[in-house]
Amino acid sequence: MAETLEVKELAEVAVRFSGDSGDGMQLAGNIFSTVSATVGNSISTFPDYPADIRAPQGSLTGVSGFQVHIGADVVYTPGDKCDVLVAMNAAALKTQYKYAKPGAAIIIDTDSFGPADLKKAAFATEDYLGEMGIDPDRVIACPITKMVKDCLADSGMDVKAMLKCRNMFALGLVCWLFDRDLDIAFNFLKEKFAKKPGVAEANIKVIQAGYDYGHNTHSSVANVYRIETKNKVPGRYMDITGNKATAYGFIAAAEQAGLKLFLGSYPITPATDVLHELSKHKSLGVTTVQCEDEIAGCASSLGAAFAGALAVTSTSGPGICLKSEAMNLAVIMELPLVVLDVQRGGPATGLPTKSEQTDLLQALYGRNGESPMPVIAATSPTDCFYAAYDAAKIALEHMTPVVLLTDAYIANGSAAFKLPNLAEMDSINPPYVPEDLKGTWTPYMRTENGTRYWAVPGREGFEHILGGLEKDDKTGAISTNPENHDLMTRKRQAKIDNIVVPDLEVLGDKDDADLLIVGFGSTYGHLHAAMDEMRAAGKKVAMAQFKYLNPLPANTAEVLTKYKKVVVAEQNMGQLAGYLRMKVDGFVPEQYNEVKGQPFIVEELVEAFSAIINK
Amino acid sequence: MAYTAQDFKKGQPRWCPGCGDHFFLASLHKAMAEIGVAPNNTAVISGIGCSSRLPHYMATYGMNTIHGRSAAIATGAKVANPDLTVWQVSGDGDGLAIGGNHFIHANRRNINLNMILLNNRIYGLTKGQYSPTSPRGFVSKSSPYGTVEDPFRPAELCFGARGHFFARAVATDAPGTVEILKAAYNHKGAAVCEILQNCVIFNNGCHDAVYSKEGRAENAIFLKHGEKMIFGKDNEYGIVQEGFGVKVVKLGEDGYTEADVLVHDAKCEDNTLQLKLAEMEWPVALGVIRDVDAPTYDDSVTAQIEEVKAAKKYHNFAELLETNDIWEVK
Repeated sequence: MAETLEVKELAEVAVRFSGDSGDGMQLAGNIFSTVSATVGNSISTFPDYPADIRAPQGSLTGVSGFQVHIGADVVYTPGDKCDVLVAMNAAALKTQYKYAKPGAAIIIDTDSFGPADLKKAAFATEDYLGEMGIDPDRVIACPITKMVKDCLADSGMDVKAMLKCRNMFALGLVCWLFDRDLDIAFNFLKEKFAKKPGVAEANIKVIQAGYDYGHNTHSSVANVYRIETKNKVPGRYMDITGNKATAYGFIAAAEQAGLKLFLGSYPITPATDVLHELSKHKSLGVTTVQCEDEIAGCASSLGAAFAGALAVTSTSGPGICLKSEAMNLAVIMELPLVVLDVQRGGPATGLPTKSEQTDLLQALYGRNGESPMPVIAATSPTDCFYAAYDAAKIALEHMTPVVLLTDAYIANGSAAFKLPNLAEMDSINPPYVPEDLKGTWTPYMRTENGTRYWAVPGREGFEHILGGLEKDDKTGAISTNPENHDLMTRKRQAKIDNIVVPDLEVLGDKDDADLLIVGFGSTYGHLHAAMDEMRAAGKKVAMAQFKYLNPLPANTAEVLTKYKKVVVAEQNMGQLAGYLRMKVDGFVPEQYNEVKGQPFIVEELVEAFSAIINK
Repeated sequence: MAYTAQDFKKGQPRWCPGCGDHFFLASLHKAMAEIGVAPNNTAVISGIGCSSRLPHYMATYGMNTIHGRSAAIATGAKVANPDLTVWQVSGDGDGLAIGGNHFIHANRRNINLNMILLNNRIYGLTKGQYSPTSPRGFVSKSSPYGTVEDPFRPAELCFGARGHFFARAVATDAPGTVEILKAAYNHKGAAVCEILQNCVIFNNGCHDAVYSKEGRAENAIFLKHGEKMIFGKDNEYGIVQEGFGVKVVKLGEDGYTEADVLVHDAKCEDNTLQLKLAEMEWPVALGVIRDVDAPTYDDSVTAQIEEVKAAKKYHNFAELLETNDIWEVK
């Protein structure tokens, strides 16, 4: 037991809430991150949930976790390991302790460590702390279940309902530990349970009890922590997951373009939340069709594009294989379509709930024929909004299908999102066929930058046919002429090559780095954190993260060939490295590849990159 | 504005001389003119196969897409733009083999599509393999010893998918074809028209019994809602109910009179009797076999959007943002 309470200033802290899938760990984590974000801390969250719907209670396979990383300055990742681990039962402690830093505070519900619980969690003895080598001084061992029942004894709730509030007791304790303002949490709950004031009241009561328990006992840890806020960007914020941000990006783009938003989709983890989110917003005119299969998801979207909508289809994993046929049809018909691929572990069904970057080459090349298609990879949960908006803008303005790559990590992870103002975002101007071309227009007539005009059905005088067969450049009729096919292939390629994307940005020691770290998409945060750590240790390091994969930024070759050493780090076996080698003459990078289904670990990156510098 | 068939015609069809598709195309042009929807408000969407070339010969909007997917593509086009009149064109391979899943789900959802199934019981474009409507034992290039599988019966598939409209015509019978196409247009919801069509090259004679006018007089019955099921060269036959099925009787024989003959009810919600009629081998039932009103998917989608618009307080992106838990950093 600690004798005195110290208040310790921290630059950042990671808290991991863990328990049974049904223990409400995600809600506790969400409230904690919102409370922290509200005072201006930077936040990054990551849920780690099992693939099973609901494994047996208390079992090792049924544990779900939710990690929240908060920082005084910018935090780029949910954190490698946590400073505080909340373990609501024995199985959670057993499986999640490996994510705790040495010396991390551990909060446990001792009521869930009975003989039966220990047996289910495969502990051999009752000395579970000893078995795991945990210092008891670091443990806040608290009979949470009993205290929650006592706290709600007069509420009239049944025991089952009471036990649903256990997560709030743990949250109260964590709020005490980090000196958080409970009023923000209370307001959150009041709004969340606006229609069930009884539930809100019970949860609030339990949070307060958890907080008071920490305060009164000083518990068994020596410190409370305070995370100050630096570099605040004033504004209005909300917490947003990558999937929700993606859905919002599509909604914003449709409104900006003045088009109906159409989503054809088929449920698949981890992309399904985009279908859920868009299905909610019928008051914005969003049309969603849950199709009979992935093929129809993409095909119906293409039909909607032909008919004049902003058409989107969403998928993950094997779904992208099934969609590639209709994606290819969109290439030859030159219709706007956004294909969202929330990447997950593969091949085949693979690791449905885990994250990888293994679809890059499929997105770029995985179709029959010459089939150029723009590819964009979002770099963070909040960037999903801007990437989705951009994907829609490119699709509509260049009359092409676009692949938007996210992945399970950023799709499920969340961060504070500064509310965007649509009026300040780029306009979206599809190349509608001008009325004065009536009479002379043919379907493959092009604008100055090589884009086919869009003649939406309904317009008189522009009736035409599109299709999967090669067409004559001039007349739009079916053509097997070899010269024409060669010409059309080149025109489709040139159209994509002509798309202007922002230059690759170099961060860190851009002039004199000994090592350039290169990645794409969702690894941005981890690579940035690794670079920061190395620079803090005196090393000269820079990084460049690709968001636009096709076409590549104009300065790609210049950046990649400027530095003595370059490492391409990606969560696959080297797809980006191979692609860049093909695109940039003489480029031979070092590689860092990992395919574990989990986000990178910053510490491991630093070690590997340092070894490359020292080599 | 009044249209003529000419207003819907385009180009020179490339089908084999004598192909049933030529006959059907002419009837479709005629039906569209009589229906009177402008070419610019009409979309014809096909898959791949001989019959799927059809949109190229239409002066409307059109897509000749990929194998089997036209029902799914047409679904998206109709739901996104309900003002369009959408005709979806498939063959028996395109629509019932590779596209079978989309065929049944378009029927189940009841998308307001006019779904044409040109059935010649063979793969023509790939030069003569058996199709999902070829009879058991059918000899083709890919079944030199005869097939060992049973065919789909399109009406059964449509009804099994809870389809609300099914009609049948013979490609060479222009008035019969125009009649069911107009009925399909007038039906709100997925409307399947099976067109019996000959392939002169790979399956010649597949519909011989009903392909000529004389053949139809003897071997087909033209069903009309509310009319007695009487057929034959001299109207000498009638269809009567027997147990759970139907049977053909000769009027005046075995005590059967016209009074015993069934009256066709295409509007009957229960499809049991309609299925029995659709599956008769003699006579072959032509005309509108089933035509029952039901809510369409596209109308329901639009109605739900309007309902939710009225119920919810946010109607643009800025208002959507405000529905979240927001905090301010000062």
